[in-house]
Amino acid sequence: MSIFPGWAARGRGLFADNKGPWGPSSGGTPSEPQGSGAESPRPSSPWGNPGPSTGSGPGSVTSLDDFLARGRARFGGGGGGGRGPALNRSLILWGIAAFLLLWLLLSTFHRIAPEERGVVTQFGRYSRTLGPGIGITLPSPLERVQKVDVENIRNVDLGSTAEETVMLTGDQNIIDIAYSVRWNVRDPELFLFELQNTEQTIQQVAESTMRAALSGVTLNQAIGEGRGDIENRVQENMQRVLDAYRSGVRIQGVAIKQADPPAAVNDAFKAVSAAQQAAQSDINQARAYALQLAQLSQGEATAFDKVYEQYRLAPEVTRRRMYYETMERVLQNVDKTIVEAPGVTPYLPLNQTRPPTAVLQDPTASGTTAQGAGR
Amino acid sequence: MIDAILRRPLFSGIIALLVLVTILSSVKIVPETSQAIIVRFGKPERILNRYQANAPIGGPGAGIAVKVPFVDDIVWIDKRVRDVDMERQMVLSTDQLRLEVDAFARYRVVDPLRMYIRARSEERVGEALRPILGSELRNELGKRPFADLLSPERQGAMENIRRGLDRIARQYGVQIIDVRIKRADLPSGTPLESAYERMRTAREQEARSIRAEGSKQAQIIRAEADASAARTYANSFGKDPAFYDFYRAMQAYDRTFTSKSKPTNVILSPQNEFLREFTSGGGR
Repeated sequence: MSIFPGWAARGRGLFADNKGPWGPSSGGTPSEPQGSGAESPRPSSPWGNPGPSTGSGPGSVTSLDDFLARGRARFGGGGGGGRGPALNRSLILWGIAAFLLLWLLLSTFHRIAPEERGVVTQFGRYSRTLGPGIGITLPSPLERVQKVDVENIRNVDLGSTAEETVMLTGDQNIIDIAYSVRWNVRDPELFLFELQNTEQTIQQVAESTMRAALSGVTLNQAIGEGRGDIENRVQENMQRVLDAYRSGVRIQGVAIKQADPPAAVNDAFKAVSAAQQAAQSDINQARAYALQLAQLSQGEATAFDKVYEQYRLAPEVTRRRMYYETMERVLQNVDKTIVEAPGVTPYLPLNQTRPPTAVLQDPTASGTTAQGAGR
Repeated sequence: MIDAILRRPLFSGIIALLVLVTILSSVKIVPETSQAIIVRFGKPERILNRYQANAPIGGPGAGIAVKVPFVDDIVWIDKRVRDVDMERQMVLSTDQLRLEVDAFARYRVVDPLRMYIRARSEERVGEALRPILGSELRNELGKRPFADLLSPERQGAMENIRRGLDRIARQYGVQIIDVRIKRADLPSGTPLESAYERMRTAREQEARSIRAEGSKQAQIIRAEADASAARTYANSFGKDPAFYDFYRAMQAYDRTFTSKSKPTNVILSPQNEFLREFTSGGGR
């Protein structure tokens, strides 16, 4: 922030018209000189000085630049290297006055941004905290303002996803972890006065509480479903410890960005997931089989039931019909040879007939046909 | 006045400088973050802005202090919470396992005069406390089995360490607020490697048992399916075993003899049931 333009403007405002810093409209934005201001009365200076007695007449000075130019002209073009009796005393007085006035203005009014608080110390002792807006304090050596941003959420990263940061879990396994802590200032006074090294403190407390939290869970919990729980616990414990230090800090949140087994044992962990996949697919196949079998058996049973219902209405006829229908279907599409005379063994070119060959010879042997023959 | 200054600028400049130095060396601003001891010819006179527990910020401690110029000296002592960061310590548990521990302590100077006499500065207090913290840590943690070292907070070990360190720190006018373990790691080399090995074998075992469990489940599911199918069949076919026999035989003939890909050659005997009408010539 450059303060020069403000200075110049205030300077001009100071010499421009009757709007002196102690006038009714002081403290506002300094106005640009309006015209020559020759009619306006000379500003009364706060030091009770009756103003310039240069003999150049009241109100002849319209702006600081002008004023300085006249001064220089009076010295015969000397660059202000004032010395000797030719030096105009009032110039020094005015210079000092202007400088003091600027000093006062700059150290009395403080612009506190909406996200800031201004902690005011009076000779080093804490006096009050200014809210957003324009704050007014005593000028600089008496009161000082330190602005603290209380809204800005700051971030501390611990452990990186790039390299391994290993910690021990409760079941004595090793975990590679990366997490970040978000915090902001809650009490600006405490924040400024109570802790020697806030950033570092937050980091160390974060590490410590994370280590403690991990030592209470198993590796599987830390990798899997326990994450949110760990985050909450670390946040709570950090807050508790930092409050005990009176740090004036609020922990907004802890986020675990990475919680993995270390690279050295990664293959073994992958083998476990592969085994889980395999087991799952094994089970899935069995389920598919079971489903198929259930459908099939129910289908067959239902079909039988339907047929059986019909059969019970007319057992003999149904049986016959089924027998003939089946034989029809069977014998339709096959080569048939009927061997006539019993006792004669016909020559069967069995090796010429295409296998397979079924021989239905014995009229009494096949129980099925016997049954088919009717009872 | 102005005339006088303008006439002898050098002289008046020197005078102004002297006045300024005197003012600056007799009026001191004590900030909220510091305690101050006024020392007269090396002898401590008074203490300003001394830390008091529970005193609100902005109490009557800090602010302007006046001392006799060129006679009184002022010693600044931090009022804030400071930290001692300890180097890594190797801790040996009761079951002879090693653990590398990083710890830190937070402290505050509560008796600036005593601290000034004993150690002169906060830095030197830190230097003095560091080795003590290390040995307290080793002693306290060395009394415990390895499993407890991972969470020393739970067994109250940290509180014991804090108390032990605090007892010594009080001699320096310092209060130990908190001792915490920042890191606890297995030493690299054999301990770390064997831990990795243990993790690996545990996982392999897990993988095997998961596979076995999966195939067991699958087997059970299949067997149950078979059983349930058998039950379904029995419930249905058991109503009339004889008819089932016939019905199923007919299905079997259909399926076996009407195969398109393997044509069958059937030789029928005239006595065959199917040809009964055919051979009897219509008469019975």
